[in-house]
Amino acid sequence: VPDPGLLVLAADQVTGALGETAAPDAIEARRMQALSLAVHIPLVCFGIAFPAMFMFVHGLYLRTGEPHYKALAKRWSKVALILFAVGVVTGTILSFEFGLLWPDFMATFGDVFGLAFGLEGVSFFVEAIFIAIYVYGWDRLPERTHFLTGIPVVIAGVAGSFNVIAVNGWMNNPQGFDVVDGQVRNPAPWDALLNDNLWHEFVHMYLAGYIVAGFIVAGVYAAAHLRGRRDAYHRTGLVVALSFAALAAPVQVIVGDWAARTVVENQPVKLAAMEGLARTTEGAPFHIGGFYEADTGEVRYGIEIPNLLSLLATHDPNGTVEGLDTVPPDDRPPVNIVRYAFQTMVGIGTGLALLGTVFVVTWWRKRRLPRSRWFYRAVMAAGPLALVALIAGWITTEVGRQPWIVYEVMRVSDAVTGNDGLEVGFAALVLVYLGLGGAVAWLLRRLAAQPPAREVARR
Amino acid sequence: MAEICLGFIVLGLTAYGVLGGADFGAGFWDLTAGGDRRGGRVRGLVQRSMSPVWEANHVWLIFVLVIAWTAFPRAFGAIFTTLAVPLFLAALGIILRGTAFALRGQAGTIREARVLGATFALSSVLVPFCFGTVLGGIASGRVRAQDPAADVDAWLNSTSIAIGVLAVLSGAYLAAVFLAGDARRAELPDLERAFRGRALGAGVVTGAAALVALLVVRSDARPLYDGLTSGSGLAAIVVSALAGVATLALIWTGRFGLARGPAAVAVAAVIAGWVLANEPDLLPGQLTIDEAAAADATLTALVVSIGLGLVILVPSLFYLYRLVLQGRLDQAYEPLDQRFRPIDEERP
Repeated sequence: VPDPGLLVLAADQVTGALGETAAPDAIEARRMQALSLAVHIPLVCFGIAFPAMFMFVHGLYLRTGEPHYKALAKRWSKVALILFAVGVVTGTILSFEFGLLWPDFMATFGDVFGLAFGLEGVSFFVEAIFIAIYVYGWDRLPERTHFLTGIPVVIAGVAGSFNVIAVNGWMNNPQGFDVVDGQVRNPAPWDALLNDNLWHEFVHMYLAGYIVAGFIVAGVYAAAHLRGRRDAYHRTGLVVALSFAALAAPVQVIVGDWAARTVVENQPVKLAAMEGLARTTEGAPFHIGGFYEADTGEVRYGIEIPNLLSLLATHDPNGTVEGLDTVPPDDRPPVNIVRYAFQTMVGIGTGLALLGTVFVVTWWRKRRLPRSRWFYRAVMAAGPLALVALIAGWITTEVGRQPWIVYEVMRVSDAVTGNDGLEVGFAALVLVYLGLGGAVAWLLRRLAAQPPAREVARR
Repeated sequence: MAEICLGFIVLGLTAYGVLGGADFGAGFWDLTAGGDRRGGRVRGLVQRSMSPVWEANHVWLIFVLVIAWTAFPRAFGAIFTTLAVPLFLAALGIILRGTAFALRGQAGTIREARVLGATFALSSVLVPFCFGTVLGGIASGRVRAQDPAADVDAWLNSTSIAIGVLAVLSGAYLAAVFLAGDARRAELPDLERAFRGRALGAGVVTGAAALVALLVVRSDARPLYDGLTSGSGLAAIVVSALAGVATLALIWTGRFGLARGPAAVAVAAVIAGWVLANEPDLLPGQLTIDEAAAADATLTALVVSIGLGLVILVPSLFYLYRLVLQGRLDQAYEPLDQRFRPIDEERP
């Protein structure tokens, strides 16, 4: 007997405005979108965090006049410009893919969530204008003016990601419209923009930006440290980047808890998939590792910690956590992907928080960098690991949203394009992104090989 | 409200057509500049002129997309389904163009510079051609609003191809006008002469191509032709032609700075003419502007946000272009192949 609550949900689903025949399997389109997002999101981290980092060093230069600060700020801003250029083109692909892959999603809901993208467009513009003025303005604009032109870059990087995350928050927690007879009516764009998922997703991603960018940049200077380059320039690069990451990493644990509890409230099925909880349970245990077996609804070969899931999800060891069985099988996300992604993110995040704490405590108590070579090796590993955690986090939230493109309102399979040939597009994108990644890595190595003193010499 | 949003789209398309189009056109001159040695000077100027502005110029495209899908979501979905192939090709071209251009500035050997330069220049031709075919497909009424599906004829038809070619040529024309001005500011008389000649040549060719395109439209898409040759559509075409002639006269007499204005008007008038010719339809024969428009609440929110956004953007863009045109962001000029040459043969 179907749950009466489910019938209400079914009546609230919408049909697409374009009236296309839906493709039964949207996997090719999802693959393309996921690939493009995975390429773009790391660049977003640099867009959020790098301007604040180079402006901080620039500020040190203005206060002290030390040339190594200037060399570092200038070098970082050049790298930021290159990453911004790549972010511009990979971000453009994303906006094209919205239309190419999900035309019915755009046609049906564009007027509900589009406003956020309009605002994002404005921020993106401001960023493009001022990052060019700032980077090409070194040694050409008056010092104060030049510093001021960097500030819009910092603000716009944050504002842009805020608006894009607003749309993602809305897809996971749709609001600001009515469904009448399967049609979307009465869009309220501001309500859609300021949805309940926005705030924790934004703070979570903002900190992730600092952690990813901070540890990746710090890793470069940690490697230099191990090779014996310990002059003021390399030391500043290490300490500044590491400080940003190390301060953000422990805070992220608390924000992660906030995010998880919002998921409990708004998307209990996603949470059940994150933990592999088949049935609604009181005093639910948490499993580390292992895998979820769909037939039995058990997590096999995991380490079970009694009552921990209830404690984490409800802050009460005997609290009730809803399981996957609250919805029909067709409405459940693929459990193992979501669960592994979630565990990867939490595992790495915890490790990064510890590493950050070691640095902060050493710096605070002894006023020096840690001496162990293992610390520097750990910092070198932290950058790539932070990237993995970042992508794993996005997999958790996005695969955990399946099978919905607009949570419990529109299915991914109703939104996908009816066009063929997506495999060809996917193959082309893979080739282009491989070329792109290789070329950017090559370029950054070349830039790093130039002596920093060259940045200070006036040209 | 729908008209204001359409106005924003026309503004964005015009800015992208003029500024972004000129960047693609610069790629065209890069492509046709000749061998390393002969083309090195032209490529050096292209690299130097585009570097500070191409990203901001590119954002106009994003501006158009976000307004289109917010204010006219159904039309957006239908266009991106029907014209998926040229739009995807354009998107790939945009990645290749942007990345190759950004990387070429750091090339370490002439071989690297050649590969990156060829990628940059070829995709600079591909992208405007694809966008031109998309506009041609929309304007000639080939996008279905209900049950749309990808369609080769929607972009490989005579109108689309004519507009695609026109988009490449007009970009080349604009780029030559702007680069001639930049060459003068950089005090490079040989390049100034070179781009003056290119601007005059490209101006004449573009004008002729526009006339041919009009004849093609006449046989392929009669309603569009009728819209362009009567009423406000005709007015726009006449403005474009006059602006084109004025630009040629200004370039002939060496006033490159002044020529920027009418050169931009010539392109802007064509885009406005397209919208005016189809009025009141957005997708000809399928959707009117009002039918395609989003609900009032959305349009109002969008107009307010973009309006406030423009209050920030217009002075910011003004500041950027003023710094650029005053030469305050200019890097030192060097022919692109020069830094790869041995010291003893550095100067030609």
